[in-house]
Amino acid sequence: MRVPTGRRTNAALLVAAAAALVLPLFAGSYVLSVLVVFMQAAYLGLCWNIMMGFAGQLSLGHALYVGLGAYVAAALYVHFGLLPWAGLLAGVAVAALAGAFIGALSFRFGVTGVYFALLTIAFDEATRILFDHFSWVGGSAGLFLPVKTLTHNDVLHLRGAPEMFYYILLVFSAAVLALSRMLLGRRVGYYWLAIREDQAAAQSLGINVFRYKLAAVTLSAALTAVAGAVMAFYDNNLYPDTVFTTAGSVAIITAPVIGGVGTLFGPVLGAFVLTTLGEAMTDVGAVFGVPGLKQWFYGAALVIIVLAQPAGLWPWLRRRLRVGEDER
Amino acid sequence: MSAAALLVLERVSKRFRGLLAVDEVSFELPEGGIVGLIGPNGAGKTTIFNLIAGVFRPDQGRILLAGRDIAGFRPDQACHAGIGRTFQLVRPFGALSVLENVMVGAFRNGAAPRDAESRALAVLDRLGLADKAAAAAHSLTLPERKRLEVARALATAPRLLLLDEVMAGLRPVEIDAMVATFTALAREMGLTILLTEHVMRAVMALSQHVIVVHHGQKICEGPPAHVARDAKVIECYFGTGA
Amino acid sequence: MPPYVTFVVDGILTGAVYGLMALGLSVIFGVVRIVNFAHGEMMVMGMYATILLHKYLGLDPLLCAPLNALILFVFGFALQRGLINRYIFRPEHEQFILMLGIATLLTSSMLMVFGPDARNVQPDYALDSFQIGSLILDKVRVFAAAGAVISVTLLWAFFRYTRTGKAIRACADNQVGAQVVGLDVSRLYGVTFGLGAACVGAAGTLMLLLVDVQPYISTDYTLLSFVIVIVGGLGSMPGALLGGLLIGVSEGLSAYLITPSLKSMFSFGLLIVVLLIRPQGLFGRSA
Repeated sequence: MRVPTGRRTNAALLVAAAAALVLPLFAGSYVLSVLVVFMQAAYLGLCWNIMMGFAGQLSLGHALYVGLGAYVAAALYVHFGLLPWAGLLAGVAVAALAGAFIGALSFRFGVTGVYFALLTIAFDEATRILFDHFSWVGGSAGLFLPVKTLTHNDVLHLRGAPEMFYYILLVFSAAVLALSRMLLGRRVGYYWLAIREDQAAAQSLGINVFRYKLAAVTLSAALTAVAGAVMAFYDNNLYPDTVFTTAGSVAIITAPVIGGVGTLFGPVLGAFVLTTLGEAMTDVGAVFGVPGLKQWFYGAALVIIVLAQPAGLWPWLRRRLRVGEDER
Repeated sequence: MSAAALLVLERVSKRFRGLLAVDEVSFELPEGGIVGLIGPNGAGKTTIFNLIAGVFRPDQGRILLAGRDIAGFRPDQACHAGIGRTFQLVRPFGALSVLENVMVGAFRNGAAPRDAESRALAVLDRLGLADKAAAAAHSLTLPERKRLEVARALATAPRLLLLDEVMAGLRPVEIDAMVATFTALAREMGLTILLTEHVMRAVMALSQHVIVVHHGQKICEGPPAHVARDAKVIECYFGTGA
Repeated sequence: MPPYVTFVVDGILTGAVYGLMALGLSVIFGVVRIVNFAHGEMMVMGMYATILLHKYLGLDPLLCAPLNALILFVFGFALQRGLINRYIFRPEHEQFILMLGIATLLTSSMLMVFGPDARNVQPDYALDSFQIGSLILDKVRVFAAAGAVISVTLLWAFFRYTRTGKAIRACADNQVGAQVVGLDVSRLYGVTFGLGAACVGAAGTLMLLLVDVQPYISTDYTLLSFVIVIVGGLGSMPGALLGGLLIGVSEGLSAYLITPSLKSMFSFGLLIVVLLIRPQGLFGRSA
């Protein structure tokens, strides 16, 4: 797809990028932690969007890849002192293999649509149970990373203040955004969209549907794992029952669904809206002693968007702002 | 098998759970001609198309394209072998533009987006859709969608183009336009076309040769005028005592 | 008597309740063709309703079952007519996301009202058991299974003998044809969804005799329902029941043979295998 970049679009992008860069400088520690959550949600949404928004494959088990990235990197660090970035690469490889395995198995047997979604959930939950019994990574009691108080940010060892993690995730998000844009402009992007729209017609035009769907799943899985690995060093503790849950998978898809599946900026916008409003909800809930208000809001947001604006907020907003991007 | 045959079907059969949809059908298609495949509803025409295009695998028989056995190829493999096809119920990529739709087809011959774009534009021009290049596919009228479907298949640069009831639902003036386009395409590009149709006007005008199937069997073939007078053909359309 | 016999029998009894739960899902999918991802949530609603009825009205859970079935029926009917009906012809993934949203809303609502702590009911016979030969069976398990069997029989009779039941079956077979003969498809869909919800509400009530409830168990039950329905065959009522029994027994056996916490692995493994090899399940028709 040609993604037109007129002057308005460029200006808007510049403003957004500038804001993203300078925001942490003015933020207190609470806002910073929220920004990290936002950036993580945006990044994960962008990765999931490649699989669903472009290739049309609904994955509801993406927490699997986050978890694999996190656990592999963390376990290698804890047991062998392996550099976090090397561990990250290992985690990405494992997640890519998992994604390829699930994709190959499913597509070889013609499992699509909702059944495929159920399969992804099954693999995720099964992995969760496995990790509960996997003592090398701490089992259900959890895996803990040693934390030292630092005076400076150490990017090499992924130890530092929240701002560091924010900027790392920001860089990765920008990279995935650029990658998505590039892929959409090339044959692979066209082929993915064709598969998403009508698989049989795509095949009749010479597209090896199996290969391209597999590529989308594997790429999405690999990219997702990056966030898992990075965040493992931010949270410093991992439990299978928090990392591999279906609720986590649902959280991953909520931001891109709200923002606009298949668009470039939808996941980012969705993450922004959800994170800010979600935190507001948690505060309101704390004031009134009502737990779970944020979850309730997430559920309501999903229902409302699917009812009122199934294409997401970004297509609506961009029409209002008359900013260019051919959304799909 | 004659020397100039592009497509050869040799005693091809296909059964669907007890129903013999295609029963030992054999025919040859010479290169660079237009052949019509006609017959009453349920005769097996679309199944024959689907067998050639790789959607189904024949239970028995051979399908040869330029001497190469393509029976059992996947649809994408059939496309790479040189088969392009349209669908009876058109299947545009609704969210993509007209140009992007055709580019998907054009990409078969090269991954460079710019080349694909210019190839696609050339095909759109041939089919009279160039002015709609930027329009969203779902906004087209039915005749336009049919032309888009043909353009898209054409963009893959096939040797054999399978047209499945592409005239259905068109007005006579639109039919005549399509007939002119296909005649020109066959002549200028050396394209071989096999079309199924119920619109006799189009079939008779376009085809040099006609094959008639009924209940999955080939019952007649020959030049259009000859087929139109054949007793078996008349019987299968009108019944006995006509 | 070998020790595993107790596990197998317990598994069959629990499996009956699972079967009722899955039946609700099968009915909904078989007719309305919506993948009800909020199934486990409706079951948990039934469980919490039982807690309330037991606490404020002193009702025994077994008596709550028909009451909850009614409450959930109304809820399901309203939900379908009010919200879901517009989604019948929308793309699959939109339906799925709608149901996900509803599920999230329900879970968080229950969390807000009831809090995260586990709750249960203790009827008078909670600790009693029947003894058949050397086999000891908990009364709660037997009663729960009996309740499930009765509910299933009532549902079967409804579909077999009542006009509405037959109309629903007609809808499932051929929606356009049903409309042509004048059936109000939209209302029938509502009734079907209500029935599915009633099944799972009753199942939840009975399940409360066997387990504790807290808001987050809903996902597990949704998944379990899908496993059973897919293994047994989507849209097949006997399939849902037999699938329930099969899963119940396999859970019991794997709890005995391996460790209890790994029992779900078998269910997931089975789901994966069935989805890959025989997606229509044991009794479903090939699509």
